[in-house]
Amino acid sequence: MTHTPDDVASRGLRESATFDRTTIAAIQHAARTGIYDIRGGGAKRALPHFDDLLFLGASMSRYPLEGYRERCDTDVVLGARNAKYPLRLQTPVTIAGMSFGALSGRAKEALGRGASEVGTSTTTGDGGMTEEERGQSKHLVYQYLPSRYGMNPDHLRAADAIEVVLGQGAKPGGGGMLLGQKITERVAGMRTLPVGVDQRSACRHPDWTGPDDLAIKIGELREITDWEKPIYVKVGASRTYYDVKLAVKAGADVVVVDGMQGGTAATQDVFIENVGIPTLAAIPQAVQALQEMGVHRTEGGVQLIVSGGVRNGADLAKCLALGADAVAIGTAALIALGDNDPALDDEYRKLGSAAGYYDDWQAGQDPAGITTQDPELQQRLDPVAAGHRLANYLRVMTMEAQIIARACGKAHLHHLEPEDLVALTIESAAMARLPLAGTSWIPGQGL
Amino acid sequence: MGALSTPVIEDAPTSTINDDDAGAAAAGSTVDVVVHDLRTATVRELNAALHALPEGDSSRWRVLNPDGTHSIAAGLDRPVTVEIEGPAGYYCAGMNQHATVEIHGSAGVGVAENMMSGRVHVHGDASQSAGATAHGGLLVIDGNASARCGISMKGVDIVVGGNVGHMSAFMAQAGRLVVCGDAGDALGDSIYEARLYVKGRVASLGADCVAKEMRPEHLAELTELLRAAGRDDDPAAFTRYGSARTLYNFHVDNASAY
Repeated sequence: MTHTPDDVASRGLRESATFDRTTIAAIQHAARTGIYDIRGGGAKRALPHFDDLLFLGASMSRYPLEGYRERCDTDVVLGARNAKYPLRLQTPVTIAGMSFGALSGRAKEALGRGASEVGTSTTTGDGGMTEEERGQSKHLVYQYLPSRYGMNPDHLRAADAIEVVLGQGAKPGGGGMLLGQKITERVAGMRTLPVGVDQRSACRHPDWTGPDDLAIKIGELREITDWEKPIYVKVGASRTYYDVKLAVKAGADVVVVDGMQGGTAATQDVFIENVGIPTLAAIPQAVQALQEMGVHRTEGGVQLIVSGGVRNGADLAKCLALGADAVAIGTAALIALGDNDPALDDEYRKLGSAAGYYDDWQAGQDPAGITTQDPELQQRLDPVAAGHRLANYLRVMTMEAQIIARACGKAHLHHLEPEDLVALTIESAAMARLPLAGTSWIPGQGL
Repeated sequence: MGALSTPVIEDAPTSTINDDDAGAAAAGSTVDVVVHDLRTATVRELNAALHALPEGDSSRWRVLNPDGTHSIAAGLDRPVTVEIEGPAGYYCAGMNQHATVEIHGSAGVGVAENMMSGRVHVHGDASQSAGATAHGGLLVIDGNASARCGISMKGVDIVVGGNVGHMSAFMAQAGRLVVCGDAGDALGDSIYEARLYVKGRVASLGADCVAKEMRPEHLAELTELLRAAGRDDDPAAFTRYGSARTLYNFHVDNASAY
């Protein structure tokens, strides 16, 4: 039986804020099965986020640009610090790393098609580079992960950039996991594992420890690729100020900071919800680190890519105003491909979920054909149509950010600055280091 | 050779090159050897020149005064032979394909890491993570290897003349690791399908790693590996270790094993 809030209130029932229905269900699930919940996606709890920030549009004291008339550029160059061939993207929205294995080959192809249609990059994931993805991606970032599944120097040389992954926002300090039901013959072959076994990805790299070693590792990757490719370092947001400084010192051309709203293909719910910090709290720390090292928005500097809960052009504009050079999207890109489509609600319900709630990306039963290796389910996703949906969404995000930037008088998205923003709550003001709206008060920074 | 600032082509008798590739030239003949001195030219110049060689090039190179320089001969993709005359730093011969690399000295962290094919021979000791994640080829270490030898190996063959340190063959997926001395703690922890052969004492086995029967096919492959490494150890003196395969799929009853 479903209880509407009105029913419950009229009968004098009161839900506990501590033992709410989700908590009760989790305790009951643990008691019944003896196992914790594993799921996909990022943190679901309410967190200080981009919605807690507002832009100050131009008026008397600032001069706006004419919408639909005056240019507001969106291009970004990533990795010019050391690389012979930096990435030159048309929009600062990139596609985050998601593995073939976690996603079907057709979903990876769709991501490549969508990204290429708008001139941005997509990223491999654990498990190596697939032909579908390389073939359809104009700009492909190759992830270098602790497991080194499918790691191959030919792919390294075929990539347009290399991303050394230290962690991700959903699980800083955690390795990966791909449950046996998704380890088909093709996935197993690419990862050199038996079919059907749980694939555990290590949480630490096997041949280096700490930032001094990382500097040598980056040197090796540059040598192997003849200093042609930009090298990114990706960290999950936790001690972001220090991690970014160490990544820059180790030689990163680009630093990727992924907040706790960033998704995962399969991680324990307790990890996703309780480890890491919100994206909003991480960005100013990263920017401060880059500024103190003299590499923020400078010639030959280090670019910052932010990910974790970026959903629309406003989020993009806020990230850039806070100091990011680009953003990466994962969950939002999957939704654009067709994840959690209301048209599939009946099928989600058969799996014990519902459209808008489906997060069992680890299970391999995705009715949308995205987070699955099932041969029949995969066929449901048309990579051409899905790629085009993604391209549409990326264009909308970019245009939305341009609308805001013009209103703030900016001829390039990168001209947005913290001065254009205020915060709605004390928490977001403190984390984003912005004044509370209508005041000049930045909590934590004295008067 | 244009990228090299100080290449020297010398006519040297093959016997002075310490070559075990009998096909290179008949005894007493001469071959061209490119000499690269790392005191007068950079490792970047060396690697750029090696990467620029035409497909199928099988030239011979000598690297003088390596002095622990990192990434020497990393990313090779040609059937060349590179002799390194002294100690190499981190990631020597990293991601090797097709090449033969001889290190006449010790090797730093991650020698032959992620090797795909070819042969790397350390005529000395190796530091941590030797042969880490390597997919193919043969890594021979005449002396001892430190911790994590063969970590996450994915098909490489590794033969160590001496001992290996703790956590060797951690999460080893495929390939063979031969240890002619002793193995440190937690050998083969969370191992998948790699096969380990140890002649000496094993300090302790890691999770899901067990001693296994040495059947004729194992004796045969071990004999072949020892021969390829130029060793005369008795294969019958080794014990085989591998996965018990009890942790391949997570089950709550196994939680205490991790």
